[in-house]
Amino acid sequence: MNTTTLKKSPWSRIRFSLIALALILIYWWAFSGIRFEGFQEMAKTVSAAILNGFLHPDWSYIYLPDGEDLLRGLLDTLSISILGTVISAVLCIPFAFWASANMSRTRVISVPGKIVLSIIRVFPEIIVAILFIKAVGPGAFAGVLALGIHSIGMLAKLFSETIEGIDRGPEEAMIACGANRLQILRYAVIPQIVPAFLSYSIYRFEINIRSATTLGLVGAGGIGTPLIFALDSRNWSRVAIILYGIIILVTLTDLISGWLRKKII
Amino acid sequence: MRAEAPLGKRTPSSIPDAPNRYKRYSIWLFGIIVVLLCSWRSGVTPYQLVVGLPQMGDLLAQMFPPDWKYLDKIWKPMMETVQIAIIGTTFGAILAVPVSLLSAYNVIPNRWVAGIFRFILNLVRTIPDLLFASIFVAVLGIGPFAGVLALIFFSFGMIAKLTYEAVEAIDPGPLEAMTAVGANKLQWIRYGVVPQVMGQFISFVLYTFEVNVRAASVLGLVGAGGIGLLLNRSLGQLRYDRSAIIILLTLAIVLLIDYGSSRIRRKLL
Repeated sequence: MNTTTLKKSPWSRIRFSLIALALILIYWWAFSGIRFEGFQEMAKTVSAAILNGFLHPDWSYIYLPDGEDLLRGLLDTLSISILGTVISAVLCIPFAFWASANMSRTRVISVPGKIVLSIIRVFPEIIVAILFIKAVGPGAFAGVLALGIHSIGMLAKLFSETIEGIDRGPEEAMIACGANRLQILRYAVIPQIVPAFLSYSIYRFEINIRSATTLGLVGAGGIGTPLIFALDSRNWSRVAIILYGIIILVTLTDLISGWLRKKII
Repeated sequence: MRAEAPLGKRTPSSIPDAPNRYKRYSIWLFGIIVVLLCSWRSGVTPYQLVVGLPQMGDLLAQMFPPDWKYLDKIWKPMMETVQIAIIGTTFGAILAVPVSLLSAYNVIPNRWVAGIFRFILNLVRTIPDLLFASIFVAVLGIGPFAGVLALIFFSFGMIAKLTYEAVEAIDPGPLEAMTAVGANKLQWIRYGVVPQVMGQFISFVLYTFEVNVRAASVLGLVGAGGIGLLLNRSLGQLRYDRSAIIILLTLAIVLLIDYGSSRIRRKLL
């Protein structure tokens, strides 16, 4: 790309027009598939209601002495994402060692590990969540499991790349001194990977808190559940306060985890 | 990101102090207390894990064999999913172009303007795609249009962020040269900025497209069109063999698009 040749060869012109043709065909196909029924007749009044709701959020919902309120919902979301991250951080360790090429003698062991991890990664976590809801019933537990299982895919991949990048020096020194495999793991491998491991887990926590806010939309606990009720009953001032709460929670966790990650590395 | 041990450089005088044992214990204690509090708050216990996981096995058993005949019926919604992703990504990318230029400090030297646009982008990016989708479904009614709008907002936030960072990292040389010969702002952007970030921009758009295909496949769960609607229905009807085929087809399409798009991206960069 970005070649600055002054004379364009005919080939590049043909290639360009082929790409353009392909793009036109793709867009023609894409737009023919979606029927734009236009706005609902009442979209205008609905929009006005939404705007009104967002200007006058339901402040009283922040704390209700009895039952479900915003703070408790956000706390649930936070708990779900913390538990999910902890579960995946623990479960990803064996996967990471399995998938790293330098921890086993042959690729026959590490390559299947990498394949398993990419299979876990392709599943959207909402699908994982509804499968868990079907299996264990709706609620926070399904959400925790969904985050815990789905996060393994990414965490173990990043983590195995860290393991592959470690310095072999300490390991060789320990072999020379006659250390066994467990001792090598404990004193030569683990000290090198712990900071990266913590940093990736905290980064994953940032992603998980975003997902945890939507898990409730399909019934897996957290703030999404009251949000979908408020949306269904078109209680826009309540939708607004929940949305503001989510924005504040996500921004705060981003700030805190960014600070933590900088401290660790 | 890699933990590199500075072994070679270590001299006797720079041997670090032994880590403070009490500090380490208190961090562990703190972590355990946080986890216990969370599990108390959300009511998630190891007991549930032991009881719940076998049920997961039952569910998987009911999914096999998948209902292959159902493939004919889900082909069209699956294509609709891809179409939603294409249109959403495109309009998101178009909206992202001016905003990413306006948020880059080297294009707009005024810190206030760029700061305001960055603030808006940060706000947009805190809202997950499914949340956008459920709001648009409430406004526009059930259908793919709500999904398209949700993905437009979602991709806008993502592409604009990645692009303004790329714009800020460009080589200032050509820009200075153009300023020196008296180019106006538009010429400056057209011939100084655009050629330097075009490849990266296309690569960001493709990457966002990959993310959006995944997102579009679940948008239907909240009523915003695509294959998710059928997935929801099949789960509701307890036809897990149908759910299985829907999930398998989704995975196949996602993998195919990931593969194609990452090949193009590798060529671009």
